[in-house]
Amino acid sequence: MAPILEAHRVTKRFGGLTAVSKFDVTIEEQSIHSIIGPNGAGKTTFFNCVTGFYRPEEGSILFQGKRIDGMAPDRITRSGIARTYQNIRLFSNMTVIENVMVGYQGHLKSGWFGAVARTKRQREEEKRAVEEGRRLLSFVGLAGRGDLLAKNLPYGDQRRLEIARALAIGPRLLLLDEPAAGMNPVETQDLMNFIRRLRDELKITILLIEHHMQVVMGISDIVTVMDFGEKIAEGTPREVQTNPRVIEAYLGRGAVEHGVVAS
Amino acid sequence: MTATTLSRTAEKETTLHWSRVVGTGLIGGVVAIYVGLVGMIEALAGRVVITGLLTTGQVILLGVYLLMSYQAAQKLTGADAKAGPLSVVAGALAGLIISIMLALLVVIGQQINLRAMFINASPRLWELLTLGRGVPTGLVLLMALGAVLGALAGGLALLPSRLRRAVSLGLVAVPIVSILNTALFAGRGVSALGALLIFAFFTAISYGWSSVGGQARERVAALPSGQQRLLKMIGWSAVALGALALPLLGPYPSEIIDTVGIYVLMGLGLNIVVGFAGLLDLGYVAFFALGAYTIGILTSPEITWLPLHLTWWEALPIAILVGVISGTLLGIPVLQMRGDYLAIVTLGFGEIIRLIFLSDWLKPLVGGSNGITRIPRAVPPPQGFSDQQVLWYIVLAGIVVAAYIATRLKYSRIGRNWMAMREDEDVAQAMGIDLVKTKLLAFATGAALSAVGGAIFATKLTSIYPHSFNLLVSINVLAVIIVGGMGSIPGVLVGALALVGLPELLREFAEYRLLVYGAVLVFMMLKRPEGLLPEARRKLELHEGEEV
Repeated sequence: MAPILEAHRVTKRFGGLTAVSKFDVTIEEQSIHSIIGPNGAGKTTFFNCVTGFYRPEEGSILFQGKRIDGMAPDRITRSGIARTYQNIRLFSNMTVIENVMVGYQGHLKSGWFGAVARTKRQREEEKRAVEEGRRLLSFVGLAGRGDLLAKNLPYGDQRRLEIARALAIGPRLLLLDEPAAGMNPVETQDLMNFIRRLRDELKITILLIEHHMQVVMGISDIVTVMDFGEKIAEGTPREVQTNPRVIEAYLGRGAVEHGVVAS
Repeated sequence: MTATTLSRTAEKETTLHWSRVVGTGLIGGVVAIYVGLVGMIEALAGRVVITGLLTTGQVILLGVYLLMSYQAAQKLTGADAKAGPLSVVAGALAGLIISIMLALLVVIGQQINLRAMFINASPRLWELLTLGRGVPTGLVLLMALGAVLGALAGGLALLPSRLRRAVSLGLVAVPIVSILNTALFAGRGVSALGALLIFAFFTAISYGWSSVGGQARERVAALPSGQQRLLKMIGWSAVALGALALPLLGPYPSEIIDTVGIYVLMGLGLNIVVGFAGLLDLGYVAFFALGAYTIGILTSPEITWLPLHLTWWEALPIAILVGVISGTLLGIPVLQMRGDYLAIVTLGFGEIIRLIFLSDWLKPLVGGSNGITRIPRAVPPPQGFSDQQVLWYIVLAGIVVAAYIATRLKYSRIGRNWMAMREDEDVAQAMGIDLVKTKLLAFATGAALSAVGGAIFATKLTSIYPHSFNLLVSINVLAVIIVGGMGSIPGVLVGALALVGLPELLREFAEYRLLVYGAVLVFMMLKRPEGLLPEARRKLELHEGEEV
């Protein structure tokens, strides 16, 4: 398979702190690729570089062969990258379906005059947007809740809505930032199946940040491990699990020396 | 052990916060003294609300008594707990405290001359506060009255909430109807019997609606969609007829509704910028001024440097265009700014425009402080009608068009993008929204509506001066949409009626207008931050579901 996203020596500094340091990663088309690492390893910073929210000082990011580093976030999104947030960031005072429709807005062409004159095209587009919104809501399991305000949804449903909103963009690559955070074991299992469906049914490539090891090891094709902004290991879940540098990063040097994590 | 726990629970259930009651009473007393010392009671003593019984000044004092005593009664048990008969006592206590504080003011005021500091601390105020009965008798009467009023307000807390709401509405309706009667029909308030009837009418209507309104709504919702549409059309026709008939009230009321209408128009525009898109614009008056000056320059025969003179109608599209262009131009430098920074820059922009029109530099072109006069009327009024009466139809047309545009945009891609930007600008951009385009569209649309407001304003007064376009206009429009409900289109109407209409009717209030604005805004922010008629989101999913 061809790579969909390639990052070469991406470096992002905040003052004296190097959050991401010469980070290389290649994401294969239609894979589920996870980035793991201790808190503060630079995972979310890397996400922000990919989505254009941060501009990396060095290195380059290629999406489908075209450079996207330095581009404005909205242009990067329109080129086919969508994301969710670690701390859920919905449009709280809009309804659930409106949130999804905002995600879908790039597929609508009518402008100011279309809306005011209520042209035929605008009405058809609106209808399509509502239908698409409802379809995505039922896809993530939120059918029938479209008219609630987003802020009134329970936590788990807010996570689902955020994914539905990201899917409405119609992305080729979806970045999920800790989607399993705060989920119970049953919900976590559902999430794993759901992420597989995204890849298998919608043919979307998934880049995942996750602390929940069951999820990471269960669904990832490739796992990249970060620590202090650098890549310290990469490989299949099995390879990574037994890598001494990874164990050291997670449990400290002593753990390796004393053989705590033998098997 | 169990016994102690039990008794403690029992205690918890009946915890009475007498100190809070006293505190609320004291605050009420301070407010009452303040209202007296700033001269409101005196200034409004001349305006009768109920003939031979109440003046507007007394109504304000009455309002302080009722509101604070009611608050005190509620605080006795806390908001959630059920109020007991002791509420009446709490209310009476708070009322008594207010009276005692006022009485102290009277006693002190008669011993020491307070007028050196408080110009309104006059014998006339003491006379009003002692109900004209002199010191010992009047003060005793004041305290008795305070306790009785407080007890009544406390009793209000005992009523079931539906009845309480109805009674409160009835109480508020009496002075409003009376003021309308005085201002619009040159009446002298209402008679005691009239007041009683108004009170009974509004209380009954409100109570009746709260008991059958829900059912009625359900029944309408159950009707087939054709009949529902018919009912809706009948309702809108009634509103339209009412709006069209408004100028029949006479020339003076027409002038007031014209002013209110211009504020509605501007409110609808600012609501797009602030309410929908969340861009806090404090320089909104700039576009109002530009619209007015465009009309002035293009239509007034006074402007001799311009060879052509247009009619108002010909100049209107140009004024709108000027609004759009200036809105966009202002938007460009502030694209990167958020929140308070944006507010400060737009504030400056508003002042710059006013100062430019005032400057000596442009005096040969726009008249400096002398402004531009002899601006022609838009439509010559027919026989027997005043200019202000005819102007209403232009204002109304403007409002209808503005409300239509605002509604259409709100429920379109652009409106959703605005709201997404208001909720979270970064995420909105991450949704692929072009922030530059989206922001500029909001600024330009808002500015165009403000320019139309300015154009109507210019022909309404037939003369414009730079000082008409001060910061206060921006603040007023902003207050209108905050009180009405940010982002809510009907809210703009209610906000303008309350904040522009009422003060126009109560001319004596002019001096206290800002004081009242401040008080109203603080009160709204504390008690009802979402506004009088908060924004409601349209139901899309269910609505579509019915059709499928």
